[in-house]
This record gives sequence, structure tokens and C-alpha cells, in this order.
Amino acid sequence: MAKRTLVETVINNEPVELLCEPRQSLLEVLRDELHMTGTKEGCLTGDCGACTILVDGRPVCSCLMLGVEAQGHKLETIEGLATGAELHPLQRKFLEHASLQCGICTPGFLMSAKALLDKIPRPTEAEVRYHLAGNLCRCTGYDKIVRAVLDAARESG
Amino acid sequence: MAVKKEAHHKYRVVGTRPIRPDGIEKVTGRALYGADYYFPGMLFGKILRSPYAHARIKSIKFDKALKLPGVRAIVTADDLPEADRKPQQMGEQQVSPYYLSCNVLARGKVLYDGHPVAAVAATSPHIAEEALRLIEVDYEPLEPVMTADEAMKPGAPILIDDLRNQEEGPDQPTNVATHLQFKRGDLAAGFDAADCVIEREFRTATVHQGYIEPHASVGIWNPDGHATVYTCTQGSFTVRTLATKVLGMPEGNLKVVPSEIGGGFGGKTTIYCEPIALLLAKKTGHPVKVTMSRSEVLRATGPTSGIHERVKIGVTKEGRITAAQVWMAYEAGAFPGSPMAPGAMTVITSYDIPNLLIDGYDVVVNRPKTCAYRAPGATAAAFGVETVLDELAEQIGIDPLDLRIMNGAHEGTQQPFGPVFKRIGFIETCEALKASEHYNSKLTGANRGRGVAAGFWFNAGFQSSASVYVNQDGTASVVTGSVDIGGSRASMAMIAAEVLGLPIDEVRPVVADTDSIGYTDVTAGSRVTFATGMAVYNAAQDVVRQLKERAAKMWECTPDDVEFDNGVLRTRGDVLQPQQLTLKELAARFIRTGGPVVGRASVSTGGAGAGPAFAAICVDVEVDPDTGKVQILRVTIAQDVGTAIHPSYVEGQLQGGTAQGIGWALNEEYVYDSKGVLRNTGLLDYRMPTCLDLPAIETILVEVPNPTHPLGVRGVGEVSIVPPPAAIANAIYRATGVRMRELPMSPPRLMKALQEHRNSREGQAAAGR
Repeated sequence: MAKRTLVETVINNEPVELLCEPRQSLLEVLRDELHMTGTKEGCLTGDCGACTILVDGRPVCSCLMLGVEAQGHKLETIEGLATGAELHPLQRKFLEHASLQCGICTPGFLMSAKALLDKIPRPTEAEVRYHLAGNLCRCTGYDKIVRAVLDAARESG
Repeated sequence: MAVKKEAHHKYRVVGTRPIRPDGIEKVTGRALYGADYYFPGMLFGKILRSPYAHARIKSIKFDKALKLPGVRAIVTADDLPEADRKPQQMGEQQVSPYYLSCNVLARGKVLYDGHPVAAVAATSPHIAEEALRLIEVDYEPLEPVMTADEAMKPGAPILIDDLRNQEEGPDQPTNVATHLQFKRGDLAAGFDAADCVIEREFRTATVHQGYIEPHASVGIWNPDGHATVYTCTQGSFTVRTLATKVLGMPEGNLKVVPSEIGGGFGGKTTIYCEPIALLLAKKTGHPVKVTMSRSEVLRATGPTSGIHERVKIGVTKEGRITAAQVWMAYEAGAFPGSPMAPGAMTVITSYDIPNLLIDGYDVVVNRPKTCAYRAPGATAAAFGVETVLDELAEQIGIDPLDLRIMNGAHEGTQQPFGPVFKRIGFIETCEALKASEHYNSKLTGANRGRGVAAGFWFNAGFQSSASVYVNQDGTASVVTGSVDIGGSRASMAMIAAEVLGLPIDEVRPVVADTDSIGYTDVTAGSRVTFATGMAVYNAAQDVVRQLKERAAKMWECTPDDVEFDNGVLRTRGDVLQPQQLTLKELAARFIRTGGPVVGRASVSTGGAGAGPAFAAICVDVEVDPDTGKVQILRVTIAQDVGTAIHPSYVEGQLQGGTAQGIGWALNEEYVYDSKGVLRNTGLLDYRMPTCLDLPAIETILVEVPNPTHPLGVRGVGEVSIVPPPAAIANAIYRATGVRMRELPMSPPRLMKALQEHRNSREGQAAAGR
């Protein structure tokens, strides 16, 4: 068995020390080592975006990053999106607009959408569609997802 | 979104848009899907798959793999009992346990690239993968047969040695599992009576459901022979039936716990990982989790059939269809069981046609065994018919929606396979689309075109169970066995809340495991809100009946003297001293009036009682003449939805099906090399629509209540996928003058067709000079 390495990172504002094998992806570490299963696996090749997390504020497919590469970085996952009992406006709008059907792509979409709104607080519909094109949803046809993101931007803007 | 109000003004909860009760867990990442379970001592399972499309397995050696530290067990087909070959009714489907078992783990032969051959359990997924590389399988490669055309040729290599069909007889090995035929009237006379007859040939590709969640199961085996499997499935009871048949264990010994499900669209109505996880758990004594990668999902779960179709339709110059003939061959994949039959039953059922002949063939080929995909069989079949109708409308100079309206099926129309339609809304649906702002808007600009098409899909009934419990605080919980794939918990809670007069947030819906609720068929066939909804409605009525009995006891009258309205029990004023009690007040007195109130119901609704659905779609496209890329500019779908319980989730079904239909039309296809090995095993090359590929999807809900359902519910989940490919082909024709008759209409294929069209035009021009 490959030797495990100590990784010091910050996840959702909490300092975390963890042990992982160099061959484990960050997605695998989050799920199999930390049991943070809110981040989903859809493809393992960076094509579907279900495993999107934020690394130092940038959206990243956690299946394309190794666990050891988290050393010294700040990670944000779906588990940290709500503040205590208060949902993030995007979470609330996804519920109000019925933007999820099966829900498996939802955590990835929420993290990508957060990265977008952090960067462009009042995006156009075209900007929303461009920035979320790395996340696949097979249930909704995206209509209600795009509406929720635009509405969240409108409300917080 | 436009909603044509017809039905739900009389309801209090039905027709509103509350937040779904399970939503909070899904936006916070707390909801547990198939791969999200972890148990102490859990091992990880991986599956070794065939690199050949067609080969005999001469031997499997796994001594080296077993010696790898961390490996705990290896299983092959030898660990499974040899299952019964005779097809049996299992849940909603006819399945041969033998074929099912051979698909779970190959026995003697591999029949497609990715066919499971062995499975390993180890302490980590990486060790399990290393072990797979140490297993030595000796294959004798055989010639692969990749299309229905090849497989039906005399002398074609045979996939399954003992496969026979009635026509060819008991001595003739074949790849054709079934030939089905529907006939009506006098076909030749029908075509003679037509002023215009068009006959065309079509082909569609193998496409995958493309659910974002790969299959995942955790098996736990107890030493007493009882077992549990946590799994992402559309039907926990179906998994119980199928898995116990394959494993040769009593059905009651397996508990199936359905996880949240990350999409299915029909693809999660059978078993793959479940028996393997259980077998490995039995062999190791540990819980074992088996998950698929995306490439395993594409290579070895059930996509839907590619088909070859010939369509011939005749119309009078006034636009009356006089005769139709359809011939279709469906690629079933490695084992019999394509959706040919539902394809044949839906292909031209939207229309009232006096003379008909429909032939369907179910043909085995060296591709993965197909599984259901949203309106199974109907989309590929409709592609041909709806394209020919468009050509006919053009030839006789009539609006394509008018042609459909003029010939549309209605209450009393007999379907080609026998049953007569009850109240349906096909004509209303086409009329709603025709009246839409979109259809009446002007489309301008070069290389742009507009197309329309329609579609039909059944509404499966089958069996469902439901319980409604009233708590002592007057809230209620609703328990069903229907996996919630797209918001059905909300509908179930709304139906119970409607009957009980409770606010929606005081009804909690629960999806139970197979030990905790009565038998319930799969979440498929657009049946949950219809059939399970009916069970919930009846169970809530059972509660009301009991509440009346309790009140009658307290008021010393008969239950018939008690009325229940909007959560309040009253004596009927004309007979008795007025008395009144709310459900909440009565619930607090359950302890003194006979204990908790438990309502229950089960239904077995035949297909005939169900409410079929129709859709019609209008699409505007722009074709890039230099690349062949098609951009969808605008799309509107109208659908006959019956009473929309939660309109947002009904719209969601229309939008999602439309998006899948667009992907099917434009990009998605299985690409095999000459040896039958799948070349596009990832989501980069199996190209599904992103939000950048699609516009907003406009919906028109046409609410024609289903007379056989207490709330007028129709199945709404599937039919929206049916019309898009033909509508897009028709739009491309109007944009370019080119008729596309093969799916997908991908840039290279469309570019080639555009080039040929230009060449032939230039040729004609040159000849004319």
C-alpha cells in the first residue's frame, strides 16, 4: 500500500489535518477519508462538474486534483455554503424555483454559481449559461437553474 | 410559464407550488445517494470487464490477484447458481433470470465490450483495481455483430446459441428474438385512396440515459442468510425480485433500501452492482460497496436501442391519412428485450388511421443489453413518422399542425393494438401549440427554420402501496415505496394534504425500504404521481373514514352523520345538534378514542385506466452552413398533463425531456470501432447538452383531467422526449432544404448532407445551362 501523507488544509473555514495516499484524488479524500459526501462523483474526468468545490475561491473539479495538492489551500464545499441555519441565497432560490429534480448535480451547480456571483454579482443570462456550462444536469434542461441564479443575483444585488 | 387553467381551481393545495420537502437536504449536500454510504469494516468492490465485443471465455485465473495484500474475495459466474431460462414476470417486466444472471456476470461467453467477467473486494478501491489487472482471462475472440441489419442477415454470427423465434422455428438459431405485428383494415386499398404517398427510411443511434449518478450499491450479508442492499434504483422491490432470483435466495430474505437517486430515466430499473455487492459481502463477511465509473456506466449499463425504420404514409389532398405502414428493427443489445413493443404500440397511435400495418423486430447485437429510457422505444419510432408527416403536409400544402389535428386521436379512437382511448388531450395539445405566441411569431434570418412534431406515450399503472399516519399533534406522515426521482415526495404530500385539509408543511413524505411498506412497482412509466398518488389519495380517504368514526363515537351518532371538510369534522346540520372538531383537536384525543389512526391503501391499476399523455413541440434552429452545427434558438413544448399537482415539477418534466430529446437529435451516439469496442466512454465524447447549448424551454401545460383518477392525474414524465428529434429535423429542412433521416444530426453528418445538397443543386444548375 502506498504511504500516506499528512496534508494540512482549510475546509469551510476550519483547519483540517488529514492523511491520504498520493494517488487519491481530492474528491476521493473528501468522500472516502472525511465522509463529506455532499461533493458528488459523476465522471472522474472533469466533464460533468458534479464534484465542483472552490479552491481559494476558484471553482475546481475536485476529481482532477490530488488530495495532497490541497496542502496550504482554502477549500469550500457544499457543506459550508449555508451559514448555520441560514441558507445561502442560491440554495434558497434553487428551492423556490424547483431547480432540482434528482439533486445529484445540485451541489456542483451551487458551488459553480457561487463562484460566478462572487466574481460577477449581476450576470446576464448569457453569462450564467457560459459560466455554468461545465456543470451537467440531465433532469431539468437547465431552465429553472438559470432562473434561480439570475433571481439570486437580483435579490442580493 | 403559461398554464392553461382547467382543473385545479377547485383544489386548495393541488396546483400550488410549495417548496419540496426533501429539497433542503439536497441543497445542503446532506441527502445520501447510492455511493454516499459508509459502514464499519466496509470493503470496496470493482468489476473486471471484457475488452472484446464477442468472445468465448476459455478460462479465468485469479490466484495472483487473491494474493495481493488487501484483496478479500473474487467472484465469477461460477459463484452464481445457474438461473432459470424461462422468462418470468418480474415486477413490470418479462425477464429471463438466466439472461439477467449472464448479464450480471458473464457465463461462458462475453457479448459486449464491458461485459462483467469477475469482481474483486478489497480494503481500498485502488487495491481492488490493482487486483483486476492481475486476473488472467483467456478469451477466444469471435466475430462481433453490431447492427440489427447485420444480425438479421442469413449466416450472421449467432450471439446466443439457443435463441429461437416462432417464425423461423425450433431448429433455426437466430439473432431475432421477436417479431411483432399490428394490422388493421386494407393497406393496399388505403394507399390506393391516397393522393400522396411518401415512403422513407430512417436510422437512429444507440443513446444513453446519461443520469449524472453512476450506479452504486452496498451489500451487507448476515450469517443467517438475511441480507440488505443499499442502492440507487428506480424500484427497490424490483431489485429485490431480480437480485434474489439471480442469487437463488428467498425473496423475503433481502431488504432493499433505496438511496436518493441521481437520475435514472429508465436506466435504473434493473440490477448491475446489487448482486455483485451481495455476493462479495457473503464471501467476505463485510459490507461491500460497488460503484461504477462513468466509462463503466456507458460501456455496460443499458442504453436504448438504435433502430432501423421504414415508414410509408398516404394522405388525400384534403389531408386525411388513409394508410400507414411502419417496419422497425430494434437493437436489443446482448440479450433479448429492446423497447420494440412499446415502440410499435406508440409509433402512430396519435393518429386515427383506418388502414395500418406495423412490424417490429427485437434483434440481439454485440452491444450492452438495452434498458428502458424515458418513453422507451417511442422517440426513435416517432422520428420517422413525424418526419414523413411533415413532408406530406408540405406536399399537399397544409399546416403541419393542422394535419396532425385533422387526423388526431381523440376519445373513442381505437389504438392500433386494441384499446380505445378514453378522454385524451392530443388535439387540445396541438391546438395550444398552434395558438402559442411562439408558433405565431415571425422567424427571420438566413439558415433559420422552424419545425414541429408530436408524440405519444402511455401511462403505466401497476401496483403501489401507501400508508398515512396521523400524529397526536395533528400532523401526518405519508409513506410510500416509490423512489423520488424528480420531486414526487412533494406531490405525495400535497395529495395527502389536500384530502386531510392540512397545510403542506404539516405532512411529511417518506420513501420506505422493502420491509417497511407494501409492494410497489418501479418509479417508471410515468406512473408514480398517477398510481402511487392514487394509493396516497385512497389512504388519506381511509384516514378520513376513521376520523368520522371517531367523531361519531364521541358525538353518539353514525359516521354518515359526520362531514369532513378542509380539516374540520362537523355533524350534518340537518340531522343533529351542531358539533365541530378540527383534525388537530381530534388527534389529541386519539388515545381515548381507539388509538392512533393509520390509513392505508394499495392499488393495482391496469394500463387501460391510466391517462396517456401527448406532447407537441415547436423548435426554431439556426444551422451554421460552414460547420453543420445546429443552434436551438427557441423551443416551446405543449403537453396534455391532466391535473398538474405541482406545476413547477410538471414543467420540469417537460423541460428535462425536451433537453434529452435535443441531445438525442443533435449529438448523442455510441461510437464503436470495427472490432465492436466503444470509443466514446466519457462525457467529453458522449456529448450531452450543456446550459450553453440550450435556450429557455417554454412550456404549455394543457390540463385535460384523466377521468379514471380521483384528482385527474396523468403521467407526465416521459412523452416530452418523443417529439424533439423529428421537430429539429423538420426545422433543419426549413433552414437548409435538407431532409435528415439519420440520428444524431451531428455537425459532421449534417455537413456532409449540406455538401451533397449543394453539389446536387450545382449539378442541376449546370445541367440547366
